[in-house]
Amino acid sequence: MNIPKDLLYTSEHEWIRVDGDQVYLGITDYAQHHLGDIVFVELPELDTEVVTGDSIAVVESVKAVSSIYSPVSGTVMENNEELEDSPELLNEDPYTNHIAVINMSNPDELEDLMSPADYEAFCAEQE
Amino acid sequence: MKYTPNSPAVVEDMLRSAGFSSLDELFKDIPEAIKLKRQLNLGRGCGEIELSRELKGLAAKNLTTEDYPCFLGAGAYDHYIPAAIDQLLLRSEFYTAYTPYQAEISQGILQSIFEYQSMICLLTGMEVANASMYDGATALAEAATMACGVKKRRKILVPETVNPQSREVVSTYARFRGNEVINTGSADGQADLSELEQRVTGETAVILIQSPNFFGCMEDVAAIAELAHQKGALLVVSCDPVSLALLKDPGELGADVAVGEGQSLGNPLEFGGPYLGFFAAKKELMRKMPGRIVGRTVDQNGRTGFVLTLQAREQHIRREKATSNICSNEALNALAATIYLSLLGKQGLREVALQCARKSHYACDRLLQSGAFEPAFRAPYFQEFTVKYRGSVEKLNAALLKEKIIGGFDAAQCYDKLHGHWIVAVTEKRTRQEIDTLVAKAVTCSD
Amino acid sequence: MTDPVKTIFNRSVPGRTGFSLPACDVPELEPNEMIPEQFLRSRAPGLPELSETDVVRHFTGLSRENYGEDSGFYPLGSCTMKYNPKMNEDAAALAGFEKVHPLQPEQTVQGCLQILFELDKMLAEITGVERMTFQPAAGAHGELTGLMMIKAYHESRGDTKRTKILVPDSAHGTNPASSAAAGFDVVEIKSDKRGNVDLEDLKDHIGEDTAGMMLTNPNTLGLFDEHILEISEAIHAAGGLLYYDGANANAIVGVCRPGDIGFDVVHLNLHKTFSTPHGGGGPGSGPVGVTKKLVPFLPGPLVEFENGVYRFDRNRPGSIGRVKTFFGNFGVIVKAYTYLCSIGAEGLVQVSRAAVLNANYLRVKLKDYYGIAYDRACMHEFVLSASSQKASNGVTANDIAKRLIDFSFHPPTVYFPLIVHEALMIEPTETESKETLDEFIDAMIQIAKEARTDPELVKTAPHTTAVSRFDETRAARFPILTWHRDEG
Repeated sequence: MNIPKDLLYTSEHEWIRVDGDQVYLGITDYAQHHLGDIVFVELPELDTEVVTGDSIAVVESVKAVSSIYSPVSGTVMENNEELEDSPELLNEDPYTNHIAVINMSNPDELEDLMSPADYEAFCAEQE
Repeated sequence: MKYTPNSPAVVEDMLRSAGFSSLDELFKDIPEAIKLKRQLNLGRGCGEIELSRELKGLAAKNLTTEDYPCFLGAGAYDHYIPAAIDQLLLRSEFYTAYTPYQAEISQGILQSIFEYQSMICLLTGMEVANASMYDGATALAEAATMACGVKKRRKILVPETVNPQSREVVSTYARFRGNEVINTGSADGQADLSELEQRVTGETAVILIQSPNFFGCMEDVAAIAELAHQKGALLVVSCDPVSLALLKDPGELGADVAVGEGQSLGNPLEFGGPYLGFFAAKKELMRKMPGRIVGRTVDQNGRTGFVLTLQAREQHIRREKATSNICSNEALNALAATIYLSLLGKQGLREVALQCARKSHYACDRLLQSGAFEPAFRAPYFQEFTVKYRGSVEKLNAALLKEKIIGGFDAAQCYDKLHGHWIVAVTEKRTRQEIDTLVAKAVTCSD
Repeated sequence: MTDPVKTIFNRSVPGRTGFSLPACDVPELEPNEMIPEQFLRSRAPGLPELSETDVVRHFTGLSRENYGEDSGFYPLGSCTMKYNPKMNEDAAALAGFEKVHPLQPEQTVQGCLQILFELDKMLAEITGVERMTFQPAAGAHGELTGLMMIKAYHESRGDTKRTKILVPDSAHGTNPASSAAAGFDVVEIKSDKRGNVDLEDLKDHIGEDTAGMMLTNPNTLGLFDEHILEISEAIHAAGGLLYYDGANANAIVGVCRPGDIGFDVVHLNLHKTFSTPHGGGGPGSGPVGVTKKLVPFLPGPLVEFENGVYRFDRNRPGSIGRVKTFFGNFGVIVKAYTYLCSIGAEGLVQVSRAAVLNANYLRVKLKDYYGIAYDRACMHEFVLSASSQKASNGVTANDIAKRLIDFSFHPPTVYFPLIVHEALMIEPTETESKETLDEFIDAMIQIAKEARTDPELVKTAPHTTAVSRFDETRAARFPILTWHRDEG
C-alpha cells in the first residue's frame, strides 16, 4: 500500500494535503484498491458549509459504495470536475487526483488527523 | 402430493453420512419450549386430480370478463392478450429463473429487459427506464420519494384527479419518509391549474399528475410542467401506455419522470395482480432511479451482452442509503409487456389505441344521445370517460349485472361530490353490439 | 465476424405486425376528430415491426440462453429455489382467476375472496400470528409494510422517541433499506463467533429509542440463533417489537413458528418458501402477518366471512393505508394456495426436514475442501468461504461460481452475507434428490482441486457458455440502457 509521507489521513481512508488555509481531499490507495473499479463520483456541491464528519461526496464502484466524510469544518471551494467523465482517475492515481478542496474554518482540527505512520498501522489492523 | 424425492431409506443413509442419528436431531438448536407439538391445522394434502377439482370449483365461483362484457376500468383494463404471450411465458427458462445476477447464463432475461427498457423509453419519450416496479401506484410513490431526495425538499403536490388508490399509496409512503402530501382540487374533471399555481412553492419537490386521469380526462401536462419547473420542482406524469400510441408522450410535454400501470400491455386482469409498474426518467436522474437496470456491454472476447448495472444504487449495496428498498420486481410481467409490444409493433399498437378511442367515443355519444345521461366534463378523453346519470349508479350497475353486463365505476365510491357520476371504459375488445346493448339496457334500467 | 446479438429492434422490418384486430365496427373517426390536435403525437413511437413467427422465434431463442430451476440445480442461498409445481401454473391460469376484474362486485368474486380468506388462515397458522395482509408484492415490500406498522403502533401510544431499528450485520440489504424507507435510523448489531447475534453488543444498543429489531431466523449464515428467546425477551422488555424476515422460513415450517418465539410481525416470501416461481426477478408476493395488537394497522381491505358470504372489510380506521393497488399479487397467491393444499400439514414438515437434511449433507461433504464459516450444524443453508483458495492461488468465490456453470449448475449466492470473506452461500432446498446433491459435491470437489492444480482454468471460467465474463465496469461507467438505432 502506497502511503505518501507528506499527507495526513483519516480512519475513513481519506488523505488530506494542507495548503495554507485550504485542504485538498481524496481517497487513499487502500480505499481505491478495496473499492475496485470506480465507476462514478458524486462530487460535493460548491460553496456548502460543512462540519467535520459530514458526508460530502460519494464514490461508487461496480460492487460497492463509499461515502466521503469531510475531515475538517469549512466551506467547499472546489471540486475536481475531471472525475465526472473519468472516475477511473481515482484508481489510476488516487493521490494526484483530489476530490474536493475545502477552506478550513478551524485549522486546529488538523491535529485530530492521522500521521502516515499511524495510518499505516491502522491499515495493518484492518487486514 | 409431495415434492421431496428421497425415499426413507435414502434419507436414513444421508442422515448417517451427515452425522445425525435422527431427523429430530436436525432441529436440536430449536428450544423444546417453542417446538410444535402438534400438526398444523392445514388439511391433509391431496393429489393432482383432487387439487384440480378443488381449484376449478373455486374458480367457477367467480364471474369472468369472458362471461360478461366488461365496461369497468378505474386502473385495470380488459385488453386482448395475444395467444403467443402465454405460450412464451411458459418457457420455463424464463419463469423458473431467478434474478439474472449470473449474466453468462441469464442473457435471455437480461436482453429481454433491455428491450423492455427501450420500448418504455420509446413510448414515454424518456431517456432511461428501469426493469419494473410493483405497479403504477408504487411507481408513482417511488417517483415522489426520489424527487424529494433529489430536490432536498419535502412537499408533494397531487391533484384529486389522480387515481385514488395511487394517491393513497403515495400518502402512505410519504408519511413514513417524513414527506408531506398536499392534495389539490379539480375543475371540470381536470386538475385545477390555478390552485396548483398557488400551491407550488420553492418548497415543492414535485407535482404528480395522471393523464388521462381517473375520470378519463386528459390534463394540460405542458402547463403543469411549466408550473413545476418555474419553482424548481420536478414533474412526474402517470400515463396510460396504450394511449401513448396516439397521444403526445410525457417526454415531449416536459415530464422529468414518467410512470404508469403496465397491466394493459399483455397482462391479465387477474383480480388485481401481479401487475406492472413502469418507471422512466430523464438521463440526469439515472443514478437516482430505484429498481434494477440492465445495461449493454461486452464480454472478454468483445461479444455484446447484457448485465445488471448501476447496482450501487440498490439496497444490496447501498443498504439504508438506497433510494428504494425494492429487490424482487415484476420481471415476468415486464416480459409479457415486451412480447405484447413486439407482436403489436408500431402499427398494431396504433390500431389498438384507435379502436379504444373510437369505441369509447361511440359509446359516450350513444349514451348521451339516449337522454338518460349527461356529459360530466368537457375535457377530451381516450378510452375512459365520465357521464352523469340521473339516478343511482349503484342501482344501475346492479341492474346491468342482471343483464349480463359489468358496468362502469361508480365515482361516488371515491368522491363524495360525484354522486351519479359513472366512469366507463371501452377497450378494443368491446364490439359495437356489446356497446349498443349496454346503451339499450342502461336506458331500460333507468326507466 | 459480425456480432451475433440481435435485439428485437434489429429484426424489425417495416410494415410487419404479429397481431390483427377485427375490423373496427364503429365509425372510424380520425384521431383529430375525437381528440384536439395539441394532445396528439405527430409520429408513432418507433416500436419494432415483426410477424408473429419472428417474435416467437426471437423470444424462444432468448429463453434458450437462460437457466431456470427447471434447467437444473439452483442452490442460491436465501432464495429457496425449490421446484415450482406445474399444478400451480394451471390453477393461476384458470379463467375464473385470470379474467376477473379487481373491482367487480363482491358477490361475483366469491372464489377469489375465499382463497384470500383461507390462505390468510393457513399462513397465520403456519407462522403463529393472528392475521395477514396480502397487499405487499414482494419480501422487501412486506418488510416496509411491517416496519410502517411498527412505527404506527408506537405513535398510536404516544411513543415518538422510538427512532431506531436494530439489524444484525448478517442481514440482507433490504432490511436496512426498508427501515430507512419507514423513517427509522438503523443500528447494526454484530454477530458472535458462533454466528449468533452478539448478546453483549445487542444489550449495549437496546434503549428507549429502540422501536424494534429485524431478524431472519435461521439467519443468512443458515444458523438458528442459540439465544433467540433471550433476544425476544430483551427487545420486548425495552418496549420494542420483533420483526421476522421470513426469507429463511423454509427451514422451520411445520417445526416451530415465529409467533411462538415472540415475533410480533412476520413477512413470508411466497416465491421462496411457498414454491411460486421467481419469473426472472418477479413477480413475488410478501404477505405480512401480525399478532393481535397490530391487526388494526394492517393495510386493507381484509376479507371476512359472515353468514356464508365472503366480503371485504373496508372500515379500518387504524390502518397505515394502502401500500399497493387492489389486493396484492393475486396470481401468485393462487399458486401458494394450490401448493399448500397439495402438500398439506404433513407435507410441510417434510419440507423443512428435507431442506435441513440436504443442506447438512452438502455441508459435511464439502467442509474439508472449502473453509466453513461456522463449524456447527446448519439449517437449510450454509456458508462456505473461498478465502484459502484466494490466499493460495488467487482463486475467488466468483471464480468458483463461474466454474460451476461449466458443470451445468447455477452458482450459489456469492459475497453474501458480508461478514464472511469470499462467501459462497448454498441452499439446496428439499426438492433435490441425493443424486443431484452428489453430482454437485463431485463438481465442487473437482473445482477445489482445480483451484490448486490449474487455477487459471477456474479464473477464466465459464468456458462452456456462448458469452464469457462481462465488462461490468464499462457497463457502469458508460451506461447504455436502451437501444439506439445508430448503435445497432
